[in-house]
Amino acid sequence: MSVTRSEVAKAYEKLQTQAKKKVESLKEKPLVTVGTATCGRASGALEIFNLFQEEIKKNGLDVNVMEVGCMGHCYAEPLVTIYKPGFPSLCYGSVDEGKAQRLINDYLINDDPCFEFAMAALEPNDFFPTFADYPRGVYEYKIVMELCGLINPEDIDHYIAHDGYAALVKVLNMDPDDVIEEIKNSKLRGRGGAGFPTGIKWELCRKAPGSPKYVICNADEGDPGAFMDRALLESNPHQMLEGLIIAAYAVGASQGYIYVRAEYPLAVTRLQTALDQARSKGLLGDSILGSDFSFDVKIFQGSGAFVCGEETALIASIEGKPGIPSHRPPYPATQGLHGKPTLINNVKTLSYVPHIIRKGAEWFKSIGTPESPGTAVFALAGKVKNTGLAEVPMGTTIRDLIFYVGDGIRDEKKFKAVQIGGPSGGCLPESALDLPIDFDSLQEAGAMMGSGGLVVLDEDDCMVEIARFFLDFTQKESCGKCTFCRLGTKQMLEILTDITKGKGNPEDIDLLWELAEDVKAGSLCGLGKTAPNPVLTTIRYFRDEYEAHVNEGRCPALMCKDLIMYYIIPEKCSKLCDVCIGSCPTEAIYTRPDMLKAIDQEKCVKCNSCLVACPPQYKAVIKISPPRPVEEGEMKQDE
Amino acid sequence: MSKEVKIIIDGKEIKAREGEKLLWVALDNGIYIPHLCAKRDAEKPDASCRLCFVEVEGMPNPVTSCTLPVKDGMVVRTRTPRVDRLVSTAFELLLSNHRLGCGKCPKNRSCELQTIAKERGLKLKLTRLRPLERDLPVDDSPQGFIYDPSRCVLCGQCVWVCHNKVGVGAIGFVRRGIERKMATFGEVPLAESRCTQCGECVEVCPVGALTKKEEDEKQAESA
Ligand SMILES: Cc1cc2nc3c(=O)[nH]c(=O)nc-3n(C[C@H](O)[C@H](O)[C@H](O)COP(=O)(O)O)c2cc1C
Ligand code: SF4
Ligand code: SF4
Ligand code: FES
Repeated sequence: MSVTRSEVAKAYEKLQTQAKKKVESLKEKPLVTVGTATCGRASGALEIFNLFQEEIKKNGLDVNVMEVGCMGHCYAEPLVTIYKPGFPSLCYGSVDEGKAQRLINDYLINDDPCFEFAMAALEPNDFFPTFADYPRGVYEYKIVMELCGLINPEDIDHYIAHDGYAALVKVLNMDPDDVIEEIKNSKLRGRGGAGFPTGIKWELCRKAPGSPKYVICNADEGDPGAFMDRALLESNPHQMLEGLIIAAYAVGASQGYIYVRAEYPLAVTRLQTALDQARSKGLLGDSILGSDFSFDVKIFQGSGAFVCGEETALIASIEGKPGIPSHRPPYPATQGLHGKPTLINNVKTLSYVPHIIRKGAEWFKSIGTPESPGTAVFALAGKVKNTGLAEVPMGTTIRDLIFYVGDGIRDEKKFKAVQIGGPSGGCLPESALDLPIDFDSLQEAGAMMGSGGLVVLDEDDCMVEIARFFLDFTQKESCGKCTFCRLGTKQMLEILTDITKGKGNPEDIDLLWELAEDVKAGSLCGLGKTAPNPVLTTIRYFRDEYEAHVNEGRCPALMCKDLIMYYIIPEKCSKLCDVCIGSCPTEAIYTRPDMLKAIDQEKCVKCNSCLVACPPQYKAVIKISPPRPVEEGEMKQDE
Repeated sequence: MSKEVKIIIDGKEIKAREGEKLLWVALDNGIYIPHLCAKRDAEKPDASCRLCFVEVEGMPNPVTSCTLPVKDGMVVRTRTPRVDRLVSTAFELLLSNHRLGCGKCPKNRSCELQTIAKERGLKLKLTRLRPLERDLPVDDSPQGFIYDPSRCVLCGQCVWVCHNKVGVGAIGFVRRGIERKMATFGEVPLAESRCTQCGECVEVCPVGALTKKEEDEKQAESA
C-alpha cells in the first residue's frame, strides 16, 4: 500500500508541476478571456471572441485569447476579462463590438484599462473595486462556481493547476469507508432537489449486495428556468468528474454514466473533451494514477423529457426503455441500473465532493446552516435586476438574495412573490422574505429547493395566472402513467384556466385545493407529488386574488386578458398626439369629435401596444378590471 | 419458500409469506382492496392506478398495497378517512376520462369499476370533476373482438398478458401524459399489427375497453 501511496502522489505531482508551468506562462503576456458558455453565446460572445482573435492578429499583438465559462453574471454577457502584467485583472460586462475595439486600441495596444466600462477587478488593488466590494459580494460565497469563468474548461491543466484531482489522490490513499465517513460527516445533501444526505446514500450503495455497481451523474436539468448544471459542466467539467470518480471509488463502482440532456451540446462536447483528457493523464480508465482502482465513464444523451430527470425514469432510459418512473423502493442504491446497486447524484452534489475531501468536513460545515451546510446555487430570473447565477451560503435570506445579490426589482416595481424551486416550487409572499434559504425552511413554507430556479414576481403578476402557467408546464410533462398526475393535473389546469377567464365558480377554489392535496399525496413519482405546489402556495398566500377572479370577475394584477379592458382617460389624453392610433394592430382606436382618442372595445384584442405607445408625459392608457362602462369624468375623481 | 409471518388487516389476524405483496394477501383472505393495475405474477408492480391505498401503522402516509411487501407484525387498515379520500378521488379521476354509459356497455355487471363503486359506496358518475372524455376511434379490425380506447383505464393488464403470457408483444402504451393510451406499435389497427388475435387481452380487460364482438351484439340487441 505504501508503495502505491507514493506512486500515486508522485504521479500527480508530476502532472501538477507541468500544469502549473503551462498556466503561469499564459499570464506572462496579456491574456484576454471571453465567457463562451451557452449564456455568453446567446449574447454574441463567440463573435466577440473571434473579433479579439482577428484584431490581435491584424495588429501583430503578442496577446493570448482564451475561452472560459460562466461567472454567473448572465445579465452582463458577453463578459471579457483582461489580464495584463502590471495592471489589475479587470472584468468588462456587456462587451459589444465597439467596446471590444476600444479595449484593443486603448488597453491592449496602449495602456489605458478603460475603467469607464470595467465591471470589477478580480483581485484587490488600488485602482478599482473587486466583485467582493459590491453589495452582492458580501453575500456570495463561491465553492462550486469558484473557478467558473476563470479557467479554460477545455484544458485539464487549468483544473489541475488549481489543485484539481488532488482530492482524488487523497482518496486513493484512503479506505473507501473513510471516504464515506468524511462525506457523511460533512452533512452534504443532494442538490438534485430533495436534499437527501449524500453520505448515507453512498453508504447504502456500498453496502448493497450485487456487482457490478454503477454511478450516475444526473445532468438532465429539465427545469426550463434552471441552467446551473449546464453552467458548471460548461465552465468546469472536471470538478464534477473528479467527484464522480471519488464516488465510484467510495461505493465500489467500475462504470459510470453522465446523463446529460441532448439539448446541451456545448456541455456534451466539453464533457467529452474532459473525459478524453482525464484518460490521457491516467486519471480515468484502467488503474487510475497507477493504483489498483479502475473506472470509466460514458456520456448518455437524454431524450429531453422533464420526467427523465427522475432517477428511476433516468435509469429506465439508459436501459433503453421508455423514460417512465417506477415505484420506489427498491431505491437505485440497492437495485438500479440493470438491477444492480447504483449511485445517482446531481452535478452540483458531485461538484462539492472534491472540495470537501480537500478541505475537510469541518470546513464544509462551517458554511451554511447546521442542517443544510454549504452553499446553494440559484438561477435568478423574472423581475429581478441582476438575472443569472448566484452561489450563496445556505441560510441566506430570500430578501438578501433578491435585493442585494439580485439588486432588487426591475423598473422600481413592487415585489409581490417569489417562486422558488422550479416549476414545482412554491410561490412565497412578502412575509416570507426573511426566511433563511435551506432545504427544510423552504419545504415548511410550501416551496422547495428543487433545481434552484428562482423567479421574482412583481405587482403586475397575477398569482392565479402564475399557478396556471407552472401547472401547464408540469401537466404537459406528466408521463401519463399514474392516475393522479395524468388526470388530476389536467382537472386542476382546467379549473385554473376557467378562473383566469372569469368562468370560475365559488366552489372551484376549494375543489382545486382538495385536488392539489390528493395529487400530491397520491402520485407515483416526484413530478406528480410536487406539481401542485404552485397551486397550493398561491391559494395559501394569495387566496384573495383567487376570490377576486371568481367573485368579482376582477384580476387585481390586471394581467388576465379576459378580465381587463383598455381605456383612455380623456383628461389625460393630449388631443394632439395620436401614437396610440398608429400602434393599434386592429384599428380599434379612433378620434372622437372633440379630438380625444377612445377605444372601440369590440375591436380591441388587448395586445397592450397602445399602453406601451402612449408617451410617458401623458400615461393616458390604463387597464381596468373588471371590464365595465366608464362614465366620463369618473377617472378624474379617482386621481 | 420464505418464512411465514402474521399480520393484522382491519383487526383480523392473517398468516402470510414474508415479502408477499399486501394486496394479494388481503384479497386471498377475502378482504377487498380496490385495484386495477396489479398483476400477480409480474416481477415489478406498475403501481399506476393508485386505487389500492391502505394505511399501515408506523408509516406517515397512505401507501399502495400492491407495492408493499408484508412484514411480521404489520398492522394494516384498508379504510381510513385518508384512504377513502384518495380512493374516491382516483376513482372519479378515472371516471372523468372513461366513456360512461354502463347500459350500453357489454361489460355491464362484470366491470371492475362497478365492483369498486359497489364495494366503496362510490357513484358511477361525476360529482365534483368535469368530463375529460376522449373521443378516440374504435378499433374493430380483429375478427372476434373490439378495442374501444375511450373506455380504457390504462391498467396495462392486456399489455402484460400479451408480452408475458402470450409472448407476442403486439400492444403497449404509446404517447405521454393525457394522451397516453394502449395501442399497437405505430398505432395501426390490431389486424394490421403483429397481433395474432388470440383474445387473451380481452379476457383480462377489467372494463369494457376490450370486448368480444358477440357480447357487443348481444348488448345491442337487449339495449
Ligand atoms: C420530475 C423530476 C425531475 C427531476 N429532475 C432532476 C434533474 O434534472 N437533475 C437532478 O439532479 N435531479 C433531478 N431529479 C431528482 C432525482 O430523481 C434524484 O433525486 C437526484 O438526481 C439525486 O441526486 P442528489 O442526491 O445528488 O440530489 C428529478 C426528480 C423528479 C421527480
Ligand atoms: S407522477 Fe406523473 S410523471 Fe410520475 S409516474 Fe405518475 S404520471 Fe408519470
Ligand atoms: S384495454 Fe383494458 S386491459 Fe388494456 S389497458 Fe385498457 S383497460 Fe386495461
Ligand atoms: S393496484 Fe396498486 S396502484 Fe394499481
